[in-house]
Amino acid sequence: MSTYSLSDGLASGAPRLSRAPLLAGWIRESGVGVLASIAWIAFGLSCLWWQDVGDWSRTHSLGIAAFVIAAIALFGTVGADYLGSAGRALHKRAPWLLTLGAFLTLWEVATAKLAWLPLPFFPPPQAIIEVYTDDLPKLLDSVFASVKLQLGGYLIGATVGFLTGVSIGWSRAVGYWVHPVLRFIGPLPATAWLPIAFFTFPSSWSASTFLIALATGFPVTVLTWSGVASVSNAYYDVARTLGAKPSFLVLKVAIPAALPHVFVGLFMGLGSSFAVLVVAEMVGVKAGLGWYLQWAQGWAAYANMYAALIVMSLLCSGAITLLFAIRDRLLVWQKGTVKW
Amino acid sequence: MVALAEAVTHSAAGAALDIEQLSHAFDIDGTELPVLSDVSISVEPGEFVALLGPSGCGKSTLLRLVAGLDKPKAGRLREDEERIRSPHPSRVVVFQDPTLFPWRSVWDNVALGLEAQGVLKSQRHRVDAALDLVGLASFRNAYPHQLSGGMAQRVALARALVNDPKILILDEPLGKLDSLTRITMQAELVALWQRKGFTTLLVTHDAEEALVLANRVIVFSDRPARVKADIRVDRPYPRHRGDPYLADLRRQILGLLGLDATW
Repeated sequence: MSTYSLSDGLASGAPRLSRAPLLAGWIRESGVGVLASIAWIAFGLSCLWWQDVGDWSRTHSLGIAAFVIAAIALFGTVGADYLGSAGRALHKRAPWLLTLGAFLTLWEVATAKLAWLPLPFFPPPQAIIEVYTDDLPKLLDSVFASVKLQLGGYLIGATVGFLTGVSIGWSRAVGYWVHPVLRFIGPLPATAWLPIAFFTFPSSWSASTFLIALATGFPVTVLTWSGVASVSNAYYDVARTLGAKPSFLVLKVAIPAALPHVFVGLFMGLGSSFAVLVVAEMVGVKAGLGWYLQWAQGWAAYANMYAALIVMSLLCSGAITLLFAIRDRLLVWQKGTVKW
Repeated sequence: MVALAEAVTHSAAGAALDIEQLSHAFDIDGTELPVLSDVSISVEPGEFVALLGPSGCGKSTLLRLVAGLDKPKAGRLREDEERIRSPHPSRVVVFQDPTLFPWRSVWDNVALGLEAQGVLKSQRHRVDAALDLVGLASFRNAYPHQLSGGMAQRVALARALVNDPKILILDEPLGKLDSLTRITMQAELVALWQRKGFTTLLVTHDAEEALVLANRVIVFSDRPARVKADIRVDRPYPRHRGDPYLADLRRQILGLLGLDATW
């Protein structure tokens, strides 16, 4: 039976037995969520408790926002059972929420309150918020310009690259002429063309579009080509015995079979075109997020730089997410693809 | 059942196939490797002919020539007196691998031939009928990677049959299946052939399979393949594997293939 010593007390022993696992279970289930809430309260307090060392107008609102997030985290954790999928989503992200709250607190204290980090270079969170509220029109203009340039160049590059890749993979004659050119020009970083492009093209915008298209086109071409070239002859044999004409073999056999490769090319092209976009905007185009970064640095407006970097990262990540979503839709027949 | 009946009325009778003094060779690094040597076979409409021979003897090459996928070095191939120069949906091949297109659903795979010939819009019911015929109507929306080996081969069969071929060319279609599925599908093949009446050419290196299925077994020599024997199998269907007549033929055939010492 019981092996408790007398000092534990027989009367209190029994209820403790039943309550302790319950409490432990609750802590295991909700502890991280509560801690996350505490971290955000700490962030809020760190905003409001001391005086800022500098002059920032959004400190108070940021502190209030931190308390709101803390409240959401707390109620979301306590009431997880009644919130369904939202509660589960919060529970899954609670460790991240905790880390983020702790990081922001540290950041706030290290910059705005105690100035451990040298100030113009390391602005506090409220300075970045201030950029989003006060410099929004200019930032949005930059986003719009970047998206327009990137989208135009990428679509042209992807289309030309895809068509070139299919042609090289399909026709020996096209391969004979295009392959050497591709080998000679393709591996050159598109940015190396910058000086030439900016004086040969009528506008810096068309020059940048060309460079982005070039950066996109090379990987798309090579991977489309290798995709078409690696299609098993057995597929062609099957289609031919069933009465397929050459156009059917290209459109309904070669291209769908090559599509997984094409998407790898589109993904790689997206990555290298981002690099070209930013460089082109910094060097030549007088608009866009790359230009905004350059401009902010020139005015020593470091908060603006960080703000623009965050937006840029969201845009690039969003573009890749979109590409993967399209791929998952088109390639449902594939199994075991990476989830982005 | 309505769809089934319709599929039957669509059926075209088999075509005659004449193979005359056919020779073929591969070029491998400049040297010529003969694979077929003076092969002449005359197949009656509706016959089920099994081509039997040691592996690598050139049987599959012969099938590719009959299908029109390759051109022979010498000799002539005729389908109902007409020269075979290119592939045609009246001669459909079922390969050892099902080679279903992985990006198409089962239904779309079966529809391939009709789509390639540009008649799918008006003939969609034929796809449904072919799927019914091989018993896979409920898998119409599945993708090939979701199918078992036997199911995939059934889909490949439906993809061939939907074209109402006059000559069905089978290149060891059951070679990679497990023995149980294999026996079931052999029975299904015979049933389909009896119902539809197409001429069938089956490459196999399983003597028992040839004898259970075909009404004529042609035995080939080693490469380059030559016709070594042409054996009629006059037994009614369904055939019994233990039939002493077939066992006797089997012993003869294995002897021709050089296995008499062990049998």
